[in-house]
Amino acid sequence: MRVIERLGTWFDERLKLGTVLRETAGHPVPRETASWFYVFGSAALTVFLLQIVTGILLALIYVPSAGEAWNSLQLLNHTVPLGWFIRALHGWGSNFMLAIVLIHMVQVFLFGAYKFPRELTWIIGVFLLLVTLGMAFTGQVLRFDQDAYWGLGIGASIASRVPVVGPALVNLLLGGPIIAAATLSRFFALHVFLVPGLLIAFVGIHVLLVLKLGINEWPMPGRIVRKATYVREYQELTHKRGMAFVPYGVWKDLFFSGFILLAIAACALYFGPFGPGGQPDPTIIQTAPRPDFFFLWIYAVLSFLPPAAETPILLIGPIIAIVVLLALPFVAGEGEKSWRRRPIAVLTILVLAVAMGTLTHLGEHTPWSPVMNAWSSLPMPAKALQGRTALERRGALVFQAKQCRNCHSIGDAGGKRGPSLDDVALRLTDDQLIRQVIQGGGNMPAYGKNLSPAETTALVAFLKTLHPARQAPARDASRRVAFQTGGEESTSTQP
Amino acid sequence: MSALAGLPRPDDEKVPAPKEAGMTRRAMLFKLGLLFNGFVAAALTAPIVRYLLAPAIRGKKTGYESWLSLGSLEQFPPGQTRLATFRNPVVSSLDGETADIPCWVRNVDGHSFQVFAINCAHLGCPVRWFPQSNLFMCPCHGGAYYQDGSRASGPPERGLFQYSYKVEDGKLFIKAGEMPTPGRAANTAGGKSRCV
Repeated sequence: MRVIERLGTWFDERLKLGTVLRETAGHPVPRETASWFYVFGSAALTVFLLQIVTGILLALIYVPSAGEAWNSLQLLNHTVPLGWFIRALHGWGSNFMLAIVLIHMVQVFLFGAYKFPRELTWIIGVFLLLVTLGMAFTGQVLRFDQDAYWGLGIGASIASRVPVVGPALVNLLLGGPIIAAATLSRFFALHVFLVPGLLIAFVGIHVLLVLKLGINEWPMPGRIVRKATYVREYQELTHKRGMAFVPYGVWKDLFFSGFILLAIAACALYFGPFGPGGQPDPTIIQTAPRPDFFFLWIYAVLSFLPPAAETPILLIGPIIAIVVLLALPFVAGEGEKSWRRRPIAVLTILVLAVAMGTLTHLGEHTPWSPVMNAWSSLPMPAKALQGRTALERRGALVFQAKQCRNCHSIGDAGGKRGPSLDDVALRLTDDQLIRQVIQGGGNMPAYGKNLSPAETTALVAFLKTLHPARQAPARDASRRVAFQTGGEESTSTQP
Repeated sequence: MSALAGLPRPDDEKVPAPKEAGMTRRAMLFKLGLLFNGFVAAALTAPIVRYLLAPAIRGKKTGYESWLSLGSLEQFPPGQTRLATFRNPVVSSLDGETADIPCWVRNVDGHSFQVFAINCAHLGCPVRWFPQSNLFMCPCHGGAYYQDGSRASGPPERGLFQYSYKVEDGKLFIKAGEMPTPGRAANTAGGKSRCV
């Protein structure tokens, strides 16, 4: 023990860090902040350290070359001992890091931690969120498979919509005219050098600010933040009734961080690494590209925006969101901190959570996408065919062969792009069915040029049978009048 | 902490700055040194910026596009739409399979053609051709196009991108080299076929 002590003294006489470290560790914090609600920031930092370590380990094998990257990922997965585990740790670490950063952000928002004097801590935190998202996106590109390839195409298409400089921006983003070697190299440089550099710098400032300004005190309803009095009140909380961060507060951070690392390792062991998916060969077009979990909500938004509003919303929306986040501490820098007295803040979080959750759920199920193989692989339910005439059955054949099933479901199977047709005969009369098939409209292509009159007749005859057994199909009232005044009910298929 | 208060702090060891009025020789040398480094930085910035902007500048000056062959016309029977692939003209040995680009070739009537980019006009996903319903469908956000490339439904604002084409010596040539994107639509033939 004496040797260790003497070594310690030897180093401290030269480094002069002992005092600073002891002061930092022992700095007093408000008593109530030793809480399980205050562990997310340190957990995010821990996961970031894990990402650095596993990232460096992956870089030992990974080849950032468009022609080789996919093969080197296969090598990691299948040949290098435990390569799959390191990939899985890095992939799950990424998901956990984003999740924890988001939870941390929600917590400090609801606890009013962004208010005076911690405005800058919040702003750096917003930068940290953006940089973490940047790491997730660039990392997804390095997993150079089909999803990465076409995901880059989506990125380029969005960048190209920027007025004036759009096309030049695409070339800069891709490093050339197409998604190729230069593209992967620059995303490698971003993911491994530039963005982590920013991340380390921002984390450093963020933690320094937390230490300098002190951790946000537990918000009490009615304890109002005022610039004139806050610092004195906080001093009282820390120095009169506070306690040393080490060891009174830190043990919860330690346990939670360890638990998170264990959880990441468990996920990595149980679920394994993410991909890579199919080879990044653009000539293999039998693919349905999808982004990673945390970008699914954007993927969903992109399919719901009306075409005319899409470009402005895509380009201006993120800027507005960032400006709102940055402006928050200046707009609401004083006042009530407790979420119990801030209903709008709580409501905002709830609305955002429900919206993001719903969009992510939709992004997982992509109801807006045609099911590309529904027409050739799904059986027609027996009840839609039993007791039908030859013409109606031919219509069912036309329905499958012309890929109507890719967008319309029958018997709960098929695409969800268009409405389900299980009871279409209740909604549309003969004439309306014919018009809809031939002219399309309401986001449906027109099939007039692709169907012969005989095929249209058969198809509409089949669609007319699609209604519940005890409900009569829709009928045109004028038809009955025409029928009563002597004319015969026509089943003409002419538009 | 109070026990540590007696220890000397680094702040106490500050060297007092000279309090002479006006421009001293050392102050001037210091400023000249800053200026000198500023000049060097500016001189180094120019080549760095040029290096970074290279992909965009090349695209503007000489362009990435050139005529390349998709093969003999016999591969594209009249009235049909077929997938063709070409090697991108601007290519490096590192590109691997990513430089093989697919496109859809439609032989309209044996004389005129339409060559569509594989990329959906919405966000660039690969569209698939369905000859049974004569539609192109996109797997990402559900865009659909008619056989002539015009928009049928879904989020795309316009029809499929088209490459300019020409027929020489029984071969089909297209002008390609750059990934078509909505913002670059002006460089690619618009809704109508363009014969050069």
